[in-house]
Amino acid sequence: MRRFSTFNLVSVTFGFAFLYLPIVILIIYSFNASRLVTVWAGFSTQWYVALLHDQAILDAAWVTIRVALFSATVATVLGTMAAIVLVRRRRFIGRTLFSGMIYAPIVMPDVITGLSLLLLFVALNFDRGFWTVALAHTSFTMCFVAVVVQSRLLSFDLSLEEAALDLGAPPFRAFFLVTLPVIFPAVAAGWMLAFTLSLDDLVISSFTTGPGATTLPMKIYSQVRLGVTPEINAVCTILVALVTIGVLIASVVGKTGMRATEAA
Amino acid sequence: MKQALGAVRRKFQPWNDPASRPFIEFRNVSKQFGSFTAVDHQTLTVFEREFHALLGPSGCGKTTLLRMLAGFEEPSEGEIWLDGKNLAGVPPHRRPVNMMFQSYALFPHMSVEKNIAFGLKQDGMPRGEIAARVDEMLKLVKLEPFAKRRPDKLSGGQRQRVALARALAKRPKVLLLDEPLGALDKKLREATQFELVGLQESLGLTFLIVTHDQEEAMTVADRISVMKEGKIAQIATPAEIYEAPSSRYVADFIGSVNVFEGTVESSSPGRLQLETDQGFTVRTATAPVLGAGTKAWFAVRPEKMRIDHDRPEGDGVNMVSGEVWDIGYLGDVTVYNVRLDSGKLVRASVMNAQRAVARPISWEERVWLSWSDDAGVILLD
Ligand SMILES: Nc1ncnc2c1ncn2[C@@H]1O[C@H](COP(=O)(O)OP(=O)(O)O)[C@@H](O)[C@H]1O
Ligand SMILES: [Mg+2]
Repeated sequence: MRRFSTFNLVSVTFGFAFLYLPIVILIIYSFNASRLVTVWAGFSTQWYVALLHDQAILDAAWVTIRVALFSATVATVLGTMAAIVLVRRRRFIGRTLFSGMIYAPIVMPDVITGLSLLLLFVALNFDRGFWTVALAHTSFTMCFVAVVVQSRLLSFDLSLEEAALDLGAPPFRAFFLVTLPVIFPAVAAGWMLAFTLSLDDLVISSFTTGPGATTLPMKIYSQVRLGVTPEINAVCTILVALVTIGVLIASVVGKTGMRATEAA
Repeated sequence: MKQALGAVRRKFQPWNDPASRPFIEFRNVSKQFGSFTAVDHQTLTVFEREFHALLGPSGCGKTTLLRMLAGFEEPSEGEIWLDGKNLAGVPPHRRPVNMMFQSYALFPHMSVEKNIAFGLKQDGMPRGEIAARVDEMLKLVKLEPFAKRRPDKLSGGQRQRVALARALAKRPKVLLLDEPLGALDKKLREATQFELVGLQESLGLTFLIVTHDQEEAMTVADRISVMKEGKIAQIATPAEIYEAPSSRYVADFIGSVNVFEGTVESSSPGRLQLETDQGFTVRTATAPVLGAGTKAWFAVRPEKMRIDHDRPEGDGVNMVSGEVWDIGYLGDVTVYNVRLDSGKLVRASVMNAQRAVARPISWEERVWLSWSDDAGVILLD
């Protein structure tokens, strides 16, 4: 064990406080009995009950979940395919460009991604709404999936797939029976990552949305401009819980799964 | 047991029978990786039920040859034929061969049983038959108690047997083994070599094994192809390779050997005399007829040399004297390194047939090495 000096202790405490204190306050105040956000008036779950009767919030939540499910799933399929091409095909025309372009959207400012997608949809004369948001989310989360799956594929022993071919499985079946199950933890982690990224995206959604497709982050943002209400705190608490659970599952599945499949 | 094995094997010599049909044929096959030539215009014929070993140092193209037969690499040039069919363009999953991978490549998410059943399922074999075949294979490799285990819960030796059972389950026309015993310790490896031979004979299959271990190749194979930098240097039985290597490379790769450079003095059928650069003369009965003055090498195995205190009788050929430089006692044999006057070290080994010798040879003594007319071979390369 390394010595844990007072200095380290203080800096860790401050660091974590800086990161998590706002979230803790938000969670605490979501259980506040008072309507005033700044005054503590005892414990209550009334804002959670009130949420259930707020149709606008429920609608927004439903849109968000559908967008996240759709985009995470499609992004996982496309991102996994991109990762396979990048890892397996050592040489093809435009490989360097393609692999660079996979990373670009990760560092691209959301405003630019959002704006360019908006311009694309306008140019194509797409009616903006649920599908444009879902497609936009697919487009930017796909890159994250590709990166996660790619790093797993790099350590994948290709002779496993060759053994499947050798034993009589055609290429597609060999992939689905052997490669996919072995890299599955990474694919699942990629899906979880895409899902949570889609869940809390505000900027790109705002650019690409249309009538009837308000996502939860957009709804929260517009409400906060009129003043913070305890209901918003309650919604955010639920979101924090969902994202935490998601990230925990992804890392646990990822770690145990990878240990099991890499050992052999 | 070993004797019986030898007796069966001596009768199996399809390569000497002009009427026997080749089973696996590499016809003038090359493989380029970019500008690098891994296999260079090689022709190799393997017969049905033969246990054939590809032997050579790491990087000489053994695995590449095997992978071309399995279908993972297409030859850049030449053709590969199996059982009368050209394999060009046939994908790996349609080839009637199975491979045991160097890394074993066991499916980590499947139990031992499922691993073995994998290939049978791909063939659409009925469930009952699959179960029966899997049981049979488990029994064959003595892994019945481990049927439900995952590969990561097995020892190295057990994994190796699962890989073998999985590759044998489909009864392939040819079993390809890529350094199958490389990861095992010496004792287990030797035991497994004999098991492999037993399996191959009882199942009546053709085995093509890749190895860089010359003892392993000698133990298991009917014939060996010794490879060097993408080329096959010699194809012959273990005994022929050992007793009549075709080049210094082969002689040196298999076992240990003393090589002397020299020029041919006289040569007639059944008799060749060579003047070595060490100043002694060699006479052999087993050599091609060569013109006088031809540069050649004389290769002789350490155990074919006699070592004495006194100068042997005779006309002075096939003998040389030197000083004992080093003695290695290995139990069954004793190895003497003798330093000739030129400084060249020559190795002679003597069986320790008796427990005590009246006048043992010791360090720094002057000794005579001698050999008979048929002890060594003349090599031109
Ligand atoms: N896919 C490949 N791409 C490029 N070079 C390769 C490839 N496979 C093998 N080689 C090269 O070909 C040579 C022979 O390889 P290999 O057949 O695996 O040798 P061995 O099995 O005898 O050790 C090696 O030098 C290796 O680096
Ligand atoms: Mg190899």
